[in-house]
Amino acid sequence: MNVTIVDYNSGNISSVINSFKEVAKDKVNIEVTSDLNKIKFSDKVVLPGQGSFKSCVDALNNISGLVDTLNEFAINKKNPLLGICVGLQMFADVGYEETETKGLGWISGKVSKIDNQNGKYKLPHIGWNQINIIKDSKIYNDIQNNSHMYFVHSYEFIPKDKSVISATTDYSSKIACSVEKDNIFGTQFHPEKSDKTGLKIIDNFIKL
Amino acid sequence: MLKNRIIPCLDVKNGRVVKGINFVDLQDAGDPVEQARIYSDGGADEICFLDITASNENRDTIYDVVEKTSKKCFVPLTVGGGVRSVEDINKLLNCGADKVSINTAAVQNPEVVVESSKKFGSQCIVVAIDAKKSDDKWEIFTHGGRNNTGIDTIDFAKKMEDSGAGELLVTSMDRDGTQVGYDIDLMSKISSKVNIPVIASGGVGNLDHLVDGIKLGNASAVLAASIFHYGKHSVKEAKEYLDSKGIPVRI
Repeated sequence: MNVTIVDYNSGNISSVINSFKEVAKDKVNIEVTSDLNKIKFSDKVVLPGQGSFKSCVDALNNISGLVDTLNEFAINKKNPLLGICVGLQMFADVGYEETETKGLGWISGKVSKIDNQNGKYKLPHIGWNQINIIKDSKIYNDIQNNSHMYFVHSYEFIPKDKSVISATTDYSSKIACSVEKDNIFGTQFHPEKSDKTGLKIIDNFIKL
Repeated sequence: MLKNRIIPCLDVKNGRVVKGINFVDLQDAGDPVEQARIYSDGGADEICFLDITASNENRDTIYDVVEKTSKKCFVPLTVGGGVRSVEDINKLLNCGADKVSINTAAVQNPEVVVESSKKFGSQCIVVAIDAKKSDDKWEIFTHGGRNNTGIDTIDFAKKMEDSGAGELLVTSMDRDGTQVGYDIDLMSKISSKVNIPVIASGGVGNLDHLVDGIKLGNASAVLAASIFHYGKHSVKEAKEYLDSKGIPVRI
């Protein structure tokens, strides 16, 4: 099996690479590439993302044909895809970080700044928070409810259809911290930095 | 609920862990890769490497340490010490650091913070502030605590937030290595002035100091070195103690 981590200059992805390689051992081939053909013929794709919504969308668009290839992979062919952090946020129609920016439009909704309630909540939301699993999702196989995950973000994905939300976390409000829509999965938290529980989520995705 | 973090800090010199008393009298306390692994297995919420003599010496050893550690350690890894440029930050991130802390360069050239937070995102930019009390204010020190800049710490903290820092790592130079506790006054003043998380550092001698840093100093995270790596307390003990005092921690 081939799992491709999309390398599109979205910031620091070495931790994502390390964690997938750790989980995959030598049973699964982990590719790190922006090569459209390799992505096309992968079994699964991971879309990481760090920095701002705009910088990640711009970086995707800078690689000619990449968005089309991802659309073909995830929407037309319905192959499994996991978005992490801004990788998840880009599923939205639109994001408001820096300036209004169009997303991939895979899951209807928007990405807005977390309401800090006049400074009551510090931003970024950095650290370990518990997830409340509200939907039976394959990536949560053998993951206990209220497990701790590592978060770093100031913006949140607000999907229109709440039924796509598979888990929430409490920070200012109930933030959608993971989504699942058919073959598309996303986590706002960083499984690659969430210790053994996070590695288990990666393992679940690889085993889908 | 978001948990308060406990961050063991490993001072690294030439690829080995050391911890100085007021930044001198260094003692060797082992291999950083193994120590980081022990900490993360023991429940550390993050690991911090500080390359303490990096400003003066060959820095390549730290890249190797970071690269090896990030393959073994799946909690966030922050690396600082001698970080001068956007290129240094890029290199550390590529080696597997999740965050980079900037100290002297942030004071001398705040543009590094502006540029790097734009390029890599605020989430990986930590500004490390070394502060020393002087009458009724705190002044910023640079170069591992050797140079007094005379800059007011509170003003600087605010400026760093505006420049794009994602977190502030605040070390009291008066307390560092003394084991008498954090400078609570300093921590709480900075924490009330900025809307980004503050990590308290410098002076931890017992577990109550960690409690004070969070409860009284309003720090989001507490960083400590000696109490963990000479075996005085384990991270697990520290977390259980904080939990018993009503502080939310990941257990």
